[in-house]
Amino acid sequence: MFVKQLTVFIENRSGRLSEVLGVLKDNNVSILSLSLADTTEYGLLRLIVDNATLGREKLTENGFSSLLTEVSIIKIPHKVGSLQKILETIDKNGGNIEYMYGLSIESDMAYVVLKTSDIQKLDRILEENNIHTISCEDLANV
Amino acid sequence: MIWSKEETLPREEIEKIQLERLQETITRVYSKVPAYAKKMDEAGVKPEDIKTLKDLSKLPFVTKQDMRDNYPFGLFAVPKDKLVRIHASSGTTGKPTVVGYTQGDLETWTECVSRIACMGGATEKDVAQICFGYGMFTGALGLHYGLENIGAAIVPSSTGNSQKQIMYMQDFETSLLVATPSYALRLAEVAKEMGVEPERDLKVKIALVGSELLTDAMREEMHKFWGKDILITSNYGMSELMGPGVSGECLEHCGMHINEDYFIPEIIDPKTGEVLPEGEQGELVITCIKKDALPLIRYRTKDITRLFYEKCKCGRTFCRMENLSGRSDDMLKIRGVNVFPSQIEEVILSVEELGPHYEIILEREGFLDKLTVKVELAHSTDSFSVLEKITAEVRNKLKIILGLDAKVMLESPNTLQRFEGKAKRVKDLRSK
Repeated sequence: MFVKQLTVFIENRSGRLSEVLGVLKDNNVSILSLSLADTTEYGLLRLIVDNATLGREKLTENGFSSLLTEVSIIKIPHKVGSLQKILETIDKNGGNIEYMYGLSIESDMAYVVLKTSDIQKLDRILEENNIHTISCEDLANV
Repeated sequence: MIWSKEETLPREEIEKIQLERLQETITRVYSKVPAYAKKMDEAGVKPEDIKTLKDLSKLPFVTKQDMRDNYPFGLFAVPKDKLVRIHASSGTTGKPTVVGYTQGDLETWTECVSRIACMGGATEKDVAQICFGYGMFTGALGLHYGLENIGAAIVPSSTGNSQKQIMYMQDFETSLLVATPSYALRLAEVAKEMGVEPERDLKVKIALVGSELLTDAMREEMHKFWGKDILITSNYGMSELMGPGVSGECLEHCGMHINEDYFIPEIIDPKTGEVLPEGEQGELVITCIKKDALPLIRYRTKDITRLFYEKCKCGRTFCRMENLSGRSDDMLKIRGVNVFPSQIEEVILSVEELGPHYEIILEREGFLDKLTVKVELAHSTDSFSVLEKITAEVRNKLKIILGLDAKVMLESPNTLQRFEGKAKRVKDLRSK
């Protein structure tokens, strides 16, 4: 199962990040998680939101360039070593992870966003190994 | 099609006309323009010393500074009441340079531009939208009268209000576009934003571009936006000499034919002022031989080019000047290296992931010049490796071509400034 992530390219200029988040706020797009990776000149802001398509549309209208990327969100036990075990499984089955970040933590479960270069393959590995993923619809309940 | 039979005259006949007109012009300016008489006396040349075309090189040059020193009408060869039009350059530093036209000059101008528009494929069937700024700038009115003379329907839309420009193109079925290369690209961008696909939804088949360099890379970029079949030709001129109409490209794309019965071109070494042999690159110097009001003699254009005299496949015998490689004015000296912004442009346009807009920033850090090139991503990406690959590619190519290390800054699509007239892409902050 895939979830659409919203990626925004932003120059490292003061106020840019707040401008992007302002557009989302004005259109009532709720942010569930984000990761900001940056170099000295620019950064990529990656967001999991409740309505990625609307978010992208509004960002485009406001002159921001963004992209929808498919990622997997896995639901794993909130226990020491559980993420490591899953990565080991993915690795053993020839999958690869480009980047990842946490989504949310409940008392006994945690959600992690995974980005791979071959999402069909990753999806298959996750399914075959009974690793639980969530859909766009499930996001609302996270 | 060829507009005038003069364009195909044999070389001897062209030279005969040139010599007659040159001698007449020199005699006239010597008696009517004190500033010229003074310059010629100082150089020890009299009008009767001009016996052959080669003698032209005995005459002193005229520069933009001479025009400023004689502001506004000091170099004019007719009394003010003979003028029917006055134009002026933008004059970003100090006084503008002023140019004037008699009724006869306007007719000459119209003839020259008609030839150039015809070379670029224009006919009476065209609907010609002129997206040059109307006003003191000669570009718009020059093309206006030339195209009208051919019989095209003129849409004098000027610059700005790009969405309305696209609406005119759709509703009037504009077939010919007059603009700077950068504004032509901007218009295509705006059309796309409006959901109008230039190649599919518009009828523009001819673009006459000018007032900015048209590099091969820029031409390719224009084809990408406007379609592969659009006829793109560049034309050349400057207000001091007349405005557009000095030279223009034919559809063979092998340089711009100079209207040699009105202008004599020379190529000089910009440092020594020596006339260079045929085919060598140097500064273009132009003498106006059929102008009443402001016949500039040996005007230094500061444009760097070469001249070719072989007959063109199009049938014209007028010599061709290579599409400009730069203006000596635009040339930047960065850490001792001569750099034309057009060289940087070629690099940027060769990188597929980048858009055609850019900015060049020069700063001084201690004793060193620092070159920064701001470029715009054409599309978004989710991958740092793609972003790193783009910056590395631009940096490496600049290093190979210029021998200089540059800082490359990526910007989001549509963030760099767009221009409607001449693009100002260089910010030189070194003197401040």
